[in-house]
Amino acid sequence: MYAFNYHKPKTLAEAQALIGKLPEGKLLAGGHTLIPTLKQRLAQPSDLIDIGGIAELKGLTVTASAVTIGAGTRHDEVARSAEVKKAIPALALLASGIGDRQVRARGTIGGSLANSDPAADYPGAVLGLGATVHTTKRTIKADDFFKGMFETALDEGEIITKVEFPVPKRAGYMKFANPASRYVMVGSFVAETAGGIRVAINGAGPCAFRWAEAEKALAAKFAAASVEGLKHKADGLNSDIHASAEYRAHLITVMTKRAVAQAGG
Amino acid sequence: MNAPTGIGASVRRKEDYRFITGQGTYTDDINRPGQAYAYFLRSPHAHAKIKSIDISAAKSSPGVLGIFTGADLAADKVGGLICGWTVTGKDGTPHKAPPHPVIALDTVRCVGDQVALVVAETREQARDAAEKINVDYQALPAVVDPAATLKSGAPQLHAEAPGNLCYDWDFGDKAATEAAFSKAAHTVKLDLVNNRLSPNAMEPRVAIGEYDRATDTLTCYSTSQNPHVLRLIMCAFIFGMPEHKMRVVAPDVGGGFGSKIFCYAEEVACVWATRKVGRPVKWTSDRTEAFLTDAHGRDHVTHAELALDKDGKFLALKCSTIANMGAYLSTFASSVPSYLYALLLAGQYTTPAIYAEVKAVFTNTTPVDAYRGAGRPEATYVVERLVELAARQLKMDPVEIRKKNFIPPNAFPYQTPVAVAYDSGQYALSMDEALKLVDYKGFAARRAASEAKGKLRGIGFAAYIEACGIAPSSVVGSLGAGVGLWESASIRFNPTGSVSVFTGSHSHGQGHETTFAQVVSDKMGVPIDQVEIVHGDTQRVPMGMGTYGSRSLAVGGSAIVRACDKLIAKGKKIAAHLLEAAVEDIEYDKGTFKVAGTDKSVNMQQVCFTAYVPHKYPADLEPGFEENGFYDPSNFTYPAGTHIAEVEVDPGTGHVTVAKWVAVDDFGKVVNPMIVEGQVHGGVAQGVGQALLEQVIYDKQSGQLLTGSMMDYCLPRAEDLPSYTVATTETPCPHNPLGVKGCGEAGAIAAPAALMNAITDALGVEIDMPATPEKVWRAAQTRVTRQAAE
Repeated sequence: MYAFNYHKPKTLAEAQALIGKLPEGKLLAGGHTLIPTLKQRLAQPSDLIDIGGIAELKGLTVTASAVTIGAGTRHDEVARSAEVKKAIPALALLASGIGDRQVRARGTIGGSLANSDPAADYPGAVLGLGATVHTTKRTIKADDFFKGMFETALDEGEIITKVEFPVPKRAGYMKFANPASRYVMVGSFVAETAGGIRVAINGAGPCAFRWAEAEKALAAKFAAASVEGLKHKADGLNSDIHASAEYRAHLITVMTKRAVAQAGG
Repeated sequence: MNAPTGIGASVRRKEDYRFITGQGTYTDDINRPGQAYAYFLRSPHAHAKIKSIDISAAKSSPGVLGIFTGADLAADKVGGLICGWTVTGKDGTPHKAPPHPVIALDTVRCVGDQVALVVAETREQARDAAEKINVDYQALPAVVDPAATLKSGAPQLHAEAPGNLCYDWDFGDKAATEAAFSKAAHTVKLDLVNNRLSPNAMEPRVAIGEYDRATDTLTCYSTSQNPHVLRLIMCAFIFGMPEHKMRVVAPDVGGGFGSKIFCYAEEVACVWATRKVGRPVKWTSDRTEAFLTDAHGRDHVTHAELALDKDGKFLALKCSTIANMGAYLSTFASSVPSYLYALLLAGQYTTPAIYAEVKAVFTNTTPVDAYRGAGRPEATYVVERLVELAARQLKMDPVEIRKKNFIPPNAFPYQTPVAVAYDSGQYALSMDEALKLVDYKGFAARRAASEAKGKLRGIGFAAYIEACGIAPSSVVGSLGAGVGLWESASIRFNPTGSVSVFTGSHSHGQGHETTFAQVVSDKMGVPIDQVEIVHGDTQRVPMGMGTYGSRSLAVGGSAIVRACDKLIAKGKKIAAHLLEAAVEDIEYDKGTFKVAGTDKSVNMQQVCFTAYVPHKYPADLEPGFEENGFYDPSNFTYPAGTHIAEVEVDPGTGHVTVAKWVAVDDFGKVVNPMIVEGQVHGGVAQGVGQALLEQVIYDKQSGQLLTGSMMDYCLPRAEDLPSYTVATTETPCPHNPLGVKGCGEAGAIAAPAALMNAITDALGVEIDMPATPEKVWRAAQTRVTRQAAE
């Protein structure tokens, strides 16, 4: 790790002011990507602005129509929330399967989304449920948020404040984890929402994406069998020592089928 | 009544309290006054010429005490690292052991090769300075694959090893084997890759070098499995200095699995650098360095064939193996794919003719050496995959074909066609016990139940043989070993009856402080809490050979028994004098010396006290109660047993669940059943890791290590493993005083074959390790296609 200056603002306004005047600074949320990167000397920020102490970013609100999660909320809090489990069980399930106990105790939803790791869990839920990402500047629709590998619609210095998930009629999430890292190799988040069927695939491509063909088939009939014969193209999918693009393409069908079954279809 | 503590009792491990409460003293817990820190600049290239190294900017970096390159060590005439076992090839020439400099001179041959050593006030400062060293590399083409490195046109690693060949060696009777194949009713052929593994001890390697000007003595604190051997290598081969001027301390060591047997560059460099900077110098490996520099294991490519008669009786076995040595020969690397491999190819069977040839090769990868099992897992894997495949092809039951070929219990000692003579064994006994425990008869129903859920179920066997406690020294010497493989013990009674046992064995997780104390307590009649086991310090312990190859109890324990016997003999003389009887009339039993046929007796404590306060004492007897024992076994020991694995495969994803595991091992006499069970658990976990999850992968073009962290190198987790059913049968070793055979490696030897046999049984397709989800899914697809075609 190289030396850096450490700041711990108490308010969002302070954090914004700091990030505005420190072009080589980095925001620190749960630190689950940034700290290992620093330890390996793969990044050299001049300053770390720890947003973990900002009360405005914490907390969960659940209404009949939406689950709203503050950007600084830990995965573990989402996983354990009785209200989330009741409103969107698939979201609580997803949070309960992120990393391990230690990761869930520190990692935050805002940090996960801002990083847009292709193998992260939360992007699946955000895209699958058609969530709205609130930032210090604006609101961003899920469909406009993920731009590529480690790329989002966020501007420099723009901070995620909360994420609003509409409560679906039903939803399911299944993932096949990388055996070594336990990150997502292929995940599928399937939801029947007010706006129709949504199927979001994470882990398989450069960032989370929707699978239109499956959405169409499930709209006709919300049943695992509807997905059975569908095959996603391998082109453009990730390929590494753990899984080829072809295998990932196959897993997209399997995970989607199982997610539908989990959602009761 | 107190719980039993003698031989055969499951005594709780004495060492665990300090380990689990964080009170252990590992090498990294040792900090010497004035200590400085070492950081190694390592090669980013798999193969490159070093055109120049510019340290000028780095030298003035804050905190720097010294920056050293290969040239500095050469100027001080520091020798290179050695290989301590010379294997002689088919053509009668010794293997090629090219120079292995502690720090690279003009060429780097693998990613992670040492290029420069920086010593600074802090670790971070040393690393900062290393980043300012400017090395001008001329990158060269690299080769990482053991088969590819033999091809013409492959990049050449060493001028001393043309064609990248270390040795071309064979063993067994080629003519007899070929003759048997020519008349065989059936021949079974199999190509196998034994995947390269990273040992991943929980504690990374650490070294501290310290020089004491007053006594002109160097001390090396190191995470070593064999401190005396490390001292011997450093003094005799690397520094050329007398051994009494070097002390090696290996305190609590957190796992070794073979990787801490070897003499590594970093410990040599720290010992050398301490005099250069006039300060103790400490190096602590991080996990990435561990992946890059700890000697790897396995990495074989093998073609194997088994000849059978029409009834399934084995006639001959032959195999041809290419073994990857990595970029340099590590300390005992050459012996692993030769003598520790081919000599075990008879397995548990009466196969009359066996022939093996092995080409050991250099590649631009981390050196490969002994890893838990070392050669024996590779042999078991070849034999047991072949046997299982033979059963499938001959449509025989895998149990039946094995039983038909087992060496029967009345055939021992049994001379195999590959030099070794098995001392004892009851192979069908272990097999039958395992069949009962796994409920073999119920398998068909379990398979049907799995299929009803859309899963594939398979069962696999491994009837393994192991050779532990490599010996005797005269034989290993004739095979090319540069060391003797005996063990030492010194037992010192203190005047009031407590005991200090100094052993040449080294514990790095095995529980010697408990097991050895049980032996001494049992033999000498001393309460177990009055027995202290001392190991891991050349200044305290007599010259010993350390721990590897499951040798500690069979060899080190036997040395302890030797010393106990000498003390008992001396004790009889003292007792006879005290009891005014003839020595011949003294009977000894568990701490009591008694005049035969009387109730007159003295106990061990009285005898011991008399030896130190010899007021009433035999005139011709030396005072004191302390004896040394050295033990050189007359043969290896041959643990054996049967492991049975049952798996359930999800054909949709290729995920394998290990559903059942039964291990029935014959380790001879067992001193502490709980510790033995723990050793089996750990060994099986590593074997399951090899079969399902672990593999070191290098990029074929660049030679970069792609599995350099836990993000990509997949160690087994608890959820990957089943609940084991572990049992033992007991066929005592006839040639050591405890009747013990060794248990540390058995699990890692048996497990890969058992598990792969189960997976291939489920799939109906032969695949290589590791059975990753994608590989299994593809095989499951092949199965579906084939079934459709049928």
